[in-house]
Amino acid sequence: MEQPNLNYIVELAGNDKVFKKKFIDILKCEFPNEKKEFLDNLNNNMPRAASLNVHKIKHKISVLGLEHGYERASVFEEELRDGITSMAEEFIAILECMDHFIKNIKV
Amino acid sequence: MNCIIIDDEATARAIVAQLCSSVDDLQVVGEFDSAIEGIKFLNHQDIDLVFLDIHMPGFSGIDFVQTLQNAPKIVLTTSDPNFAIEAYEYESVIDYLVKPITTERFKKAVKKVRNSIRTIHPGNSDQGEQENRKNDLYINIDRRLIKIEMPSIQVIEAKGDYIEIKTDDTVHRVHTTLKKIREKLPEQQFLQIHRSFIINFDRIVDIEDNSVLIEKQVIPISRSNRPELMRRLNLL
Repeated sequence: MEQPNLNYIVELAGNDKVFKKKFIDILKCEFPNEKKEFLDNLNNNMPRAASLNVHKIKHKISVLGLEHGYERASVFEEELRDGITSMAEEFIAILECMDHFIKNIKV
Repeated sequence: MNCIIIDDEATARAIVAQLCSSVDDLQVVGEFDSAIEGIKFLNHQDIDLVFLDIHMPGFSGIDFVQTLQNAPKIVLTTSDPNFAIEAYEYESVIDYLVKPITTERFKKAVKKVRNSIRTIHPGNSDQGEQENRKNDLYINIDRRLIKIEMPSIQVIEAKGDYIEIKTDDTVHRVHTTLKKIREKLPEQQFLQIHRSFIINFDRIVDIEDNSVLIEKQVIPISRSNRPELMRRLNLL
């Protein structure tokens, strides 16, 4: 499975360690909430609301360099808008992978 | 140049703020997680540029663009490139950045904004050049800025979501409102005489009770606008 990385943030930060730490702190704080909100909406059979969550999470997917994950998330977002949830398992696997990576980032 | 960042996602705001720090003479003076908060700020603060996310819950970036009067320059930021065409229909939207935004692409967008501001406020030009540019109006058609010399304008007519600018040579169709273009025109030369028409005062041929002849076109005068028209005439 495709693995997340911090290449984009490292390049953006350059030598700015303060920014890098700040960004990772925000990521660690924001991502679990977005993931939870998505799962709640999915479990409560609210696919349109879940599609908005996927849209928002897509940015983090791309920031973490998950190119294939981004493409799959885009398809899933479209499907959710039509009420189709068949890609849920695949997307949740991407989220779990990101979650594990984010939790283990050391600044 | 100062700017604000509007995005409901904190990581996205942090990235744009970091990108701003890589550009000389660009200060971030506010960050907001909703378009409504951004509008409240703009109501009492002059801002040159807004970095605006499109997808936000409740009040979207597009709602924001449509709501603002005298909008500052706007650079849209989004994960969805499909909105690009719609976004360019708005006069204040200068560029469109797809996330994740690269430093190079970001700097290009800021450069476009600076060029756009210089077109309207030629602050670094000499006096003669400034006077010339005051006579020019730039309109955005199909992502091209087309220059119109103000004296060549005969009539501007509102047509739904568009306006038609009739000049000596042609007619330009632009997606904007009469109110917006009126703010760009010299007050002493142009006058709104009807809710759908602005005329170039210098191009009046004659005036009847309820109409004005501009070149060969008869333009109605509304009752409410007639007193201002009469006041401006040099009556014998």
